[in-house]
This record gives sequence, structure tokens and C-alpha cells, in this order.
Amino acid sequence: MAVISVENLTHTYSIGTPFERTAIQELSVTIRQGESICILGHTGSGKSTFVQHLNALLQPSSGRVLIDGEDINKDKISRRDVKRRVGLVFQYPEYQLFEETVAEDIAFGPKNMKLPKEEIEERVLEAAGFTGVDKALFTRSPLELSGGQKRRIAIAGVIAMRPEVLILDEPTAGLDPAGSRQIMDNIRSYREKSGATVMIVSHNMVDAARYCKRIIVFNHGMICMDGTPEEIFSRSEELTGIGLDVPKAAELAMALRRRGIELEGPVFTHEQLLRAVRRAAEVPVC
Amino acid sequence: MLKDITLGQYFPGDTPVHRLDPRTKLILVVVYIIALFNAKGWASYAVMIAVTLLCMWISKISLKNIFKGLKPMMFIIALTALLNIFYTQGTPIREGWIITWEGIDRAVKMMLRITLLITGTFLLTYTTSPMALTDGLEKLFSPLKKLKVPVHEMTLMMSMALRFIPTLIEETDKIMSAQKARGADFETGSLIERAKALLPILVPLFVSAFRRADELAIAMESRCYHGGEGRTHMKQLQFTGLDIAAFLLGAVFLAGIFIMKRFGL
Ligand SMILES: Nc1ncnc2c1ncn2[C@@H]1O[C@H](COP(=O)(O)OP(=O)(O)OP(=O)(O)O)[C@@H](O)[C@H]1O
Ligand SMILES: [Mg+2]
Repeated sequence: MAVISVENLTHTYSIGTPFERTAIQELSVTIRQGESICILGHTGSGKSTFVQHLNALLQPSSGRVLIDGEDINKDKISRRDVKRRVGLVFQYPEYQLFEETVAEDIAFGPKNMKLPKEEIEERVLEAAGFTGVDKALFTRSPLELSGGQKRRIAIAGVIAMRPEVLILDEPTAGLDPAGSRQIMDNIRSYREKSGATVMIVSHNMVDAARYCKRIIVFNHGMICMDGTPEEIFSRSEELTGIGLDVPKAAELAMALRRRGIELEGPVFTHEQLLRAVRRAAEVPVC
Repeated sequence: MLKDITLGQYFPGDTPVHRLDPRTKLILVVVYIIALFNAKGWASYAVMIAVTLLCMWISKISLKNIFKGLKPMMFIIALTALLNIFYTQGTPIREGWIITWEGIDRAVKMMLRITLLITGTFLLTYTTSPMALTDGLEKLFSPLKKLKVPVHEMTLMMSMALRFIPTLIEETDKIMSAQKARGADFETGSLIERAKALLPILVPLFVSAFRRADELAIAMESRCYHGGEGRTHMKQLQFTGLDIAAFLLGAVFLAGIFIMKRFGL
């Protein structure tokens, strides 16, 4: 069980130089076990900075990050241990692959945890299964694979550590729609099977709505909205104001509802809209 | 962490020193160094220090930043000072001691000389962007082109190297964070273990450096880059009144130091 609570977190880069820049300020948020969270926000709003605090890669300039009530920056040991509990997949993680074979690269995390050999092998197989990495690739060099395959291997490398909290910074950046959907489905199946908390940083509204139950919106280093997709997307003007936009389907659904057309269930994607409209058409409008 | 390396870093600003033509600054640094090596007496050193502090004050570079840059050189400075203290002949400060007054005098001057030398060059790199610096160098050395010295190519290589240092540092930082997130440990263990721990950083770094070099070459070629022949610059270097004033001050300063040397000050 891991409950993360962030208290008044502020981070300033390059303190004391002309390049000083406060990336996030006075953030407070609580994340419960098993949640699926999406973090949205314009470029430079502090999303990546924020997630790097959750596994102690960055230390707060002020404020605290607690897991189950314990400060993760208490000492060196807890800073190390938190990296095993909170797995972070960076933006463009394929640039961190370095081993000679795919299997060895996935095993890098578990190896650092000093696990026995059999356990490492088991975890590599499991992680590869979750991310759809074919066993035939295990002996290939990760550097000669396609971008999408590399991305999966990098994600598998983190999943192999069996983190209780899995954080992915823009996992689908630069992939085609089919590739990104596959990766998002893989991540969802990992969450469902392992019960881990999943946090996804994204620019993609449809993904956010489809895969996450909670959306946190960042604006200039602060949290400006926090709620379910329905709640967030009903504030479309505000979203547009901070440089984000609501999925087209959600916007259309809202417009229809305003006109008095009853649409069932959450409507964020084209498929959901189509289904809801079909169903609404069966019921005569009076 | 790696970002703390200040060597060769540029601090943007809008002071008169920042606005000087890079060629002026390059020449004045040479003047400064010549002056420094001709300063003999304490009075000349006092003038050197005053001039250095004045330049720092005008260019709004704080002592703290200079010290940060000096830190890696501390060892060499201390060693030189120690050697000078112990190996200089003269009158001992106490009967029977090997430390001499002359030794202390030389040691302090030596320390000052190295510190000032580094400070002077830092003032140049802190106030001049790498691009301006290489432009200035190219212009200054362009007469050598007549002797078939590939000045343009050399400065282009230099500016590219300078351009990519911050990028590579940033990349190293990123890769390090990513590997740390996978449990890599760079801080503990024996020397061999730590050397091995560098592999997960070096491999991706080299891969991306080669990729970048490749992309850059393609980008340059597709924009029809073909070397220095007939190329013009977007920002033409231009001497202004400020530069003339700086040259005059530099000349007065150098003359002053030489006159003081003449009188043994
Ligand atoms: N290593 C760093 N050093 C200095 N400043 C940084 C560093 N990393 C980020 N910043 C600054 O902090 C701010 C927040 O950056 P961050 O990377 O957290 O944004 P982001 O929301 O992840 O953006 P994006 O969507 O583009 O990934 C930016 O203004 C950025 O310039
Ligand atoms: Mg980011």
C-alpha cells in the first residue's frame, strides 16, 4: 500500500544563478493506492519536475513528499528505497537503453535490487508480457529495434521492478495512434493485474479521459484543477484559457446536453459519443 | 549537479562589458595577461587587482561566481604557493628555518598571478557568448587564411563543440536520472564497481552524440553548407565608440604597468 502525500512542494532550478527558475510552487496533493491519474498541463507547466519528486530524483526546495507518512527524503536509504516503490518512466525512455540484449536491459532494474537470478528471469518474462515485448526479441540488441519497440522495452525495464506506483512521463509521445493505444492498453492491464497506482503525464485529452479516473491539471507550476474527467471537461473555457482543449467528442456531447438531449454515461471519445447518440435516438425525444 | 560546472559558462547580461565587441575583449584579455606578467612590485599587483575588481563590478559578475570557477584550480594554486615558500633562497623568517621572507613574497605573488590570470579569462567567457567568441576569433585570425590555415573550419568546429557542451551535459543529467530511477547506484561501491556503473550512462550518451552529429551533418548539408568561401555573417561585428574607449583604457593600463616596472614598483 502506498499513499503519497505531497505537502507545499516548491522546486526552484539553479538557485542563486541568473538562470534561477521556479518550476513548481506550493503544490499539495494526495494520491491513494490504486488510483489512475492523468496529469495535464501546457509545456513548461512543471509536470516533469513534479513527477521527479515522487521518487526522490529531485529534492524539494521546500515542502515535503511523504509515502505512507514517511518523508522520502529522510536519508540516503529512503531515497534509494523509494525508487523501487515508485517506478518512473521518463519522456523518450528509449534513449536510456544500453545493454547488449533486450532481456539484459529489462533485467537492469531487478539486478540493481540484488534479486536472485530465477526471480530476475521471472520478472523479465512478466514485464515483457505486460508490455507486449515478444520473446523472440530477447536476444536482439535494443539499439537496432524500432522506436515503438524500444519504448516498450524501456517501460518493461521499469515494470520489472514491480513498482507499487508506476509513473509514465508522456509514454506515447512520438508514436502513431495504433502504437500509442497499444501502449496505453498495456499500462492499463498492468494496473488492473497488479493493483498498482498509475500516473500518466500526457498532452492527449482523449487518452486522459479514456484511461484515467482522475485528472490533475497543471498551470504555471500550480495545480489548477483536480477531479474526474467529467468535472474537468465541463470547465472547457478555463481549459482553453490555459492552452489546453477539451476532446471534440466531449465538447459536442456537452453542447447536445445543453440542448436537452439526454446522453447516457461519460462521453469523451468518438466511440462513446456514437454509442450514446445511437441510444438517445432510440428513445424518442419529446 | 553537473550543471554546476561553470568553466566556460556564459552569463547573459547587458553591461558595457557585455556590449563590447568580442574582438576587443579578446585583445584586451591578451593585454591583461601581458600586464600581469610584467607586474613585479606590490604596487603593480595592487593596480592589477583594482582593475580586475573594477571590470567585475562593471560586468556585474559576482565574486561568488569567480570563486566557483576557481575551485577546481585551488589545488594547483596551493601547490605552487607551497613550492615557492619552501624552495626560495633568502633570509629565513626565523634563525634556522627554511621558510624565507622572499619565499613568502614569491608565493603570495604567484598565487595572485594565477588567480588573476584565471579571473581575467573567466571575465571574458562569462560576458561573451560562445558564438560571439568564435566569431571574434575567426575575424582576428582571418589574415592566416592567406597562409592556407583553415581558420573558418577550426572556429566552426570550436563553436559546434561549445554549442554541444551544454546539450551533452543536459543529456547526461537526463540519462543519469533515468538510470537512477532504475536503481543504478553511482555513489557507493569500490572503484571498479563505480567505473562499471558508468557504462549505463556512457553507452546511451555516445549513441545519442553520434546520432546528433549525424543529424547535424545532414541538416547542414541540406542547407547547402559548403565551408567558409564567400560566407557572410548574420551579425556583422562592428567596433563602436565603446570599443575605442576600452582600447584607450587598456593602452593606458598597459603603459602604466610598464612604467611601474621601470621604476621597480
Ligand atoms: N534541469 C532544468 N534546469 C533548469 N530549469 C529547468 C530544468 N528542467 C525544467 N526546467 C524549467 O522548469 C519549468 C518546468 O519544466 P518541466 O519540464 O517540469 O515542464 P513540463 O510540464 O514537463 O513540460 P513539457 O510538457 O514540455 O514536458 C520549465 O520552465 C523549464 O524551463
Ligand atoms: Mg515534461
